[in-house]
Amino acid sequence: MKTWGGRYGPALVVLLVTAMQAVPAAATDATETVRKSQSVFFEAAKDFQARVKMTLITRDGQQRLRDLTMLRKNGEAGEQKYFMYFHSPADVAGTTFMVYKFPNRDDDRWLFIPAINMVNRIAARDSRSSFVGSDFTYEDVSGRDLSADSHTLVKEDQIGGRKVYVVESTPRNPAEYARKMAWIDQATFLPLKEEYYDVQDALYKVFTADEIKEVQGFPTVVRRIMVNVKTGHKTEVVFERIQYEVGLGDDLFSERYLRRPPERWIK
Amino acid sequence: MTGARTPVYYVCAALLAWGVPVAAEEVSLHGFVQGNYAARVTGQELSGPEGGDVFLGEERLQIKLATSSQGSAFFLKTDAFRDAVARVSDLDVREAYIDSSSGAVDLRLGRQIITWGVGDLLFLNDVFPKDYAAFFSGRPLEYLKIGSDAAKVDVFTDVVSVEMVVVPFFQADQLPSSRRFFVFDPFPGVSSRVTEEPRAELGNTEMALRLSRNLLGFDTAVYASRGFFTTPGMRPDNPTLPTQVTLFFPRLATYGASGQGNALGGVMALEAVYYDSVDDRTGRDPAIPNSTVRYLVGYQRQLWSDLTTGIQYYGEYLFDYGLYRDALPPGFPAQDRLRQLLTVRLTQLLRYQTLRLSFFVFYSPTDEDYDLIPEVRYSVTDALWGAIGANLFGGKTETTAFGQLNRNDNVYVVARYEF
Repeated sequence: MKTWGGRYGPALVVLLVTAMQAVPAAATDATETVRKSQSVFFEAAKDFQARVKMTLITRDGQQRLRDLTMLRKNGEAGEQKYFMYFHSPADVAGTTFMVYKFPNRDDDRWLFIPAINMVNRIAARDSRSSFVGSDFTYEDVSGRDLSADSHTLVKEDQIGGRKVYVVESTPRNPAEYARKMAWIDQATFLPLKEEYYDVQDALYKVFTADEIKEVQGFPTVVRRIMVNVKTGHKTEVVFERIQYEVGLGDDLFSERYLRRPPERWIK
Repeated sequence: MTGARTPVYYVCAALLAWGVPVAAEEVSLHGFVQGNYAARVTGQELSGPEGGDVFLGEERLQIKLATSSQGSAFFLKTDAFRDAVARVSDLDVREAYIDSSSGAVDLRLGRQIITWGVGDLLFLNDVFPKDYAAFFSGRPLEYLKIGSDAAKVDVFTDVVSVEMVVVPFFQADQLPSSRRFFVFDPFPGVSSRVTEEPRAELGNTEMALRLSRNLLGFDTAVYASRGFFTTPGMRPDNPTLPTQVTLFFPRLATYGASGQGNALGGVMALEAVYYDSVDDRTGRDPAIPNSTVRYLVGYQRQLWSDLTTGIQYYGEYLFDYGLYRDALPPGFPAQDRLRQLLTVRLTQLLRYQTLRLSFFVFYSPTDEDYDLIPEVRYSVTDALWGAIGANLFGGKTETTAFGQLNRNDNVYVVARYEF
């Protein structure tokens, strides 16, 4: 009697080979989708300026406000420069923060503390740390390396009448989350919703893009919310006075302007 | 009545303008109201009205007024305070300056706080005045620095940034005073003291220069300065039977460098400086510090989310040590040839960064002394925060930097409402 494998062996091999080719192809599509999504969400245009109002809301409804001006300029090969000026709260008013972001290596970060007129480098290894006490991490604000996760297209779906790709991202090394589900708009590639799961596979954080506008031709999330479903704490972020292609010079992202924030740009 | 436009008019106009939305971007008014108290917990009291357990008690109003337009700006930071220990009320102009900017040149004229170098609470190339009394009695960190009445010019080029500071008015460090602190005094029996500060003369004008640029991802700088030691030397009128001690500030020139950047998964800091004791290059005058080389290696890293750790190693090498020992009067405590210091900082932020637990340690293996500073700070709202902390000193002898403060262990509280 011939074995099962013997009889169907060649067919099985063909099937396996097809499957092995098919899986990377799907993964590539998903990775490409995430790449496009990151590109429109974090890297739109050559540069960008906005007044950012973050409202941190506790479960009991107590609110704190972080009011800052954010400037971003894209460099070569995925490099970016960020400059932030804090208008409030009062204890950090006048503080400036600058980040040089590099793909696949640690950011350079500088903080200027006006009370003692000092610029200091700060350690940046942990991108999971909360950004100014909000529910957003540094990664949520400026993006995560594409290759840090493996991406899989789970299905296509609809959210609020918009067609979306549902992509699951799993970190290759331990990260803030164990997996992330993202609902990515098929037309604009903006993330409309994201769910973060911990190592017990329990949902703990939900991101929603609550208002999207087209600014100078760039689809832009102008209001977003991150909710920590475990603590009931949430952060609402509103972008105001958004401008793209404003012509930010490289010299702006320097110690000179950290110490003396340029009036023209930080309003 | 038309009347002349007095300064009061302008201040009032500025204050009114602040309330008008259209002008709000040009004039800003901020500040705080603060209560700050510290008590010695060693049970030991000094004689005199300020020597009780509660050696810091003050209420303070700070006003920060800023205006700017078209490349120029004005900034004023003034504190009005009540010192409940000394029972006086006073004003403290912390900063008051005019900024002007033109092309690649920035000018800042007036009273200003300048901080140089890459150390964390250790200052090598930063020759600007400090208030250690404030620091050791639990006042907020910003009070460690004192403003300099200075002119500062910055020139920015593609190759290097140049910062030049000219300070015509000498400002000494504020050291813990014997009225409020137990401190080491090498002349305990001599109550007559005279302080001779360098007068505001052209020849006494302090100058400091800093050249900086980014090099291979590191922020690097070189420094040079000429001026005076900001802590005094002590000279008795008679070496054997002194009746009066003169506190004076010897000349000092410094030359140094620093670098700071990402390395080993954290931020690495390196700094070194040569202190040229101009008035005692031979090292034979016991009242004047000898020349030294000071160096620092620091490393900070985030161990996990919202926990920052930092360690530093600092050394101070005294030149002409043999001459220094020979010149030292009998019975005087001798400094080591190489004084070493280690610091550790741990800062953990909790509850959406509203709660900050921090711990800072100074420890000298050569002096065998230390200062431990634990602190808890909580932001009740965006406007209100409070902190409670302690300074715990100790040492093998009471003649070293921290050892002399051994009997001053204290607990402090701060509450601040910012607007």
